[in-house]
Amino acid sequence: MRMSRLTDRLATCFFWLAGCLIVLLLGWFLFKIMVEGLPQFSWHFLFGKPEEILAGGGVGPQLFNSFYILFLSLLFSLPIGVGAGIYLAVYAKTNRFTGLIRISVEALSSVPSIVFGLFGALLFVNWMHMKFSILGGSATLALLNLPVLVRVTELAMRAVPVSYWEASLALGSTRWQAIRRAMLPSALPGLITGVTLTAGRALGESAILIYTSGLSVSRHFPDFNPLAMGETLSVHLWYVQAAAVVPDARQIAQGSAALLVIVVLIFNLAIALPCRMLQKRLTGGK
Amino acid sequence: MAQPKIKVEQLNLHYGENHALHDIRLDVGENTVTALIGPSGCGKSTFLRTLNRMNDLIENVKISGSIRIDGQNIYAPDADVVSLRKRVGMVFQRPNPFPMSIYDNIAYGPRIHGIRKKAVLNEIIERSLQQAALWDEVKDRLHKSALGLSGGQQQRLCIARLLAVEPDVLLMDEPTSALDPISTLKVEELTRQLKEKYTIIIVTHNMQQAARISDVTAFFLNGYLVESDRTDKMFTTPKDQRTEDYITGRFG
Amino acid sequence: MTNQTQWSRTQKRKESLMRLLFTGSASLVSLVIFSLILFVGYQGVQTFRNIPAGEFFLSTDWTPSQNRFGALPFLCSTFLLTLLSVALAVPLALSGAVFLAKIAPRAVREMLRPAIDLFVGIPSVVYGLIGMTVLVPLLAKLFPGTVGYGILPAALILAVMILPTILSVSEDAIRSLPQRLEEASLALGATRWQTIRRVLIPAAAPGILTGIILGMGRAIGETMAVYMVIGNSPQMPKSLLDSTTVLTTAIVKDMPSTFYGTAWNNALYLMALVLLFISLLLILIIRMAAKRSELS
Repeated sequence: MRMSRLTDRLATCFFWLAGCLIVLLLGWFLFKIMVEGLPQFSWHFLFGKPEEILAGGGVGPQLFNSFYILFLSLLFSLPIGVGAGIYLAVYAKTNRFTGLIRISVEALSSVPSIVFGLFGALLFVNWMHMKFSILGGSATLALLNLPVLVRVTELAMRAVPVSYWEASLALGSTRWQAIRRAMLPSALPGLITGVTLTAGRALGESAILIYTSGLSVSRHFPDFNPLAMGETLSVHLWYVQAAAVVPDARQIAQGSAALLVIVVLIFNLAIALPCRMLQKRLTGGK
Repeated sequence: MAQPKIKVEQLNLHYGENHALHDIRLDVGENTVTALIGPSGCGKSTFLRTLNRMNDLIENVKISGSIRIDGQNIYAPDADVVSLRKRVGMVFQRPNPFPMSIYDNIAYGPRIHGIRKKAVLNEIIERSLQQAALWDEVKDRLHKSALGLSGGQQQRLCIARLLAVEPDVLLMDEPTSALDPISTLKVEELTRQLKEKYTIIIVTHNMQQAARISDVTAFFLNGYLVESDRTDKMFTTPKDQRTEDYITGRFG
Repeated sequence: MTNQTQWSRTQKRKESLMRLLFTGSASLVSLVIFSLILFVGYQGVQTFRNIPAGEFFLSTDWTPSQNRFGALPFLCSTFLLTLLSVALAVPLALSGAVFLAKIAPRAVREMLRPAIDLFVGIPSVVYGLIGMTVLVPLLAKLFPGTVGYGILPAALILAVMILPTILSVSEDAIRSLPQRLEEASLALGATRWQTIRRVLIPAAAPGILTGIILGMGRAIGETMAVYMVIGNSPQMPKSLLDSTTVLTTAIVKDMPSTFYGTAWNNALYLMALVLLFISLLLILIIRMAAKRSELS
């Protein structure tokens, strides 16, 4: 009897230790990134043009490209992803077609990003002769976003109480009317949370973009031409550490890393969190 | 006797392998209240839902037979389900207002049927809330959330919402089982008033309620319609032994 | 009322249109994955025109300039790296999951869980940078004679990357166990630890396994972070701190030097195909495990 109580105490200590270790590990990571990267921040760094040979380059165009490509990829993937999600939540019956769709979504979500990159390179760069372009990168990135958006949409729709759906139909609405007027408004917060998380993940992608949107930026800034080359911030970080010759490569990489982390944090905290609270209020209480 | 408002003939319903309704035959007269009674799981709610084809929402449902409303078979291949549901409205067991303002809740029905003019909507909303005996209680807070109302008020709101699309028939699926006794009485009183303009079919677990408010009562058991008759006759001299057993509380 | 019927007709047309759009979107998703497998597969299989399958899968000689494409080192290193990173991550992830699910007070959990979930969103190049700037020099110092690059730093970095994934899925699995399991055990006089060890973890095993497989999938497919710390020589590793290459990094490294249509380029697509198959296989395993736990 004493023995088991002793092991229980030991186990509790052990688990507390594990928890603390994880917190320390992740906290140290964050700390290291910020400590090394934040000092690099300057107006010129954030918005200036990169240098090929000299020190003191900025990441302005890359930062712009990151957001531009993200925006375009969401433009491509949102309609299809949300559409497929609504299909699965509302229209799908239990048959082979639905089973096929579901396994396709799961399969798509397991594909490694480098394979997406290669597929994009094959399809857009080689077969469609687009060369490295923002458009090719966005289209490939859209493929990565797709399965997550489908899943997020379906979950958000299913979280809406069935009673809204029934009430709307019993009043003589079509299914689309019920979706648009009764379900989507309630599903919106969950949807936005999911899209934001997708966006955060997409911003950090590099393997997909190296061989579709390329390793350089256009000479104009900002350049809205989707056929221009579009190196993003994450790609730039990798490139600067792997192959660049500038003497301050390390510092640029560290600054870029801190910048990326801050952007991801902003996305998650500023948008996703309030949405989660809004969602709780809409479906839970009064 | 004039054509019954609703004429159900040879209605059979299967959930996959399960034969849920057997050969139901029932006539419902206009401007009457018909109560459907029976033990849990006997098929009365299922039957109610066939009347506005809400069962279509479930997979693997097979229905045979006919239900004629105003002479037209609602299960004909070319029947218009959307306008059926406008004519035949439903109130659910749990009040289910939308997470919108009281105004928007009631305006929902007219809006999906194409009415957009503010003046017309205002008029419809006031009329529906009056009919549902709710107007005085909410007229000063039309733009507040419907979720802030009490249970009884929410259910009357759902009734008003349904009246706003101007149906002929009202289906009520145990509308007071989730309400307190005072709200229950209010809804029952409302039902009696509404009978003058609408045909009402109400599923209830509560036999006293059936005796209080209905003109005709139908007793369901295991998916069969055992008997149906005028309420006063049904409760004093039922024809079937099973009916008598249920009414006197021997089972159910 | 012709206005009414006109409205209804418009609504019905809208309904049919929207339904078509939704169905089309869903079909498009299927189309995407199928064309992905098809195109990558087609390109990859072209390799076998010039190089026998035996050489690709069994030879350790990767010298593209002399037309030798033995990918065995990459396959082995991928295997080793994945195994090591999962082995490093699982104990800590599982302990963390148990901690959050059963031991930590509510306030701690409410704070920690979103924080940990956040880390799934940190870009892999950032992890790679830390690995490169901190871990590699540290290992070089700890193990004199090595440069610090190799499978070890890669496994360590990957372990940190997949930790949040394994932890969150396992924690969800433990939390979703019915309360009565725990109550039954405690009511018999078991301590919390005994309950966790003997009842809860075995009961949550399918979910935990799913988390591990998902983490494994992420580790196999990770490219950028690994690239920055593994050394990138196309050779079989002689130790954990010997420079080597995995499938993903081989693709990233060689791609710029190849031309579309050449054997070298096709070989890279073949490697992508192998990666694809492994990922799909893992998904199938998860599905089968899920079905079996549903049936029992």
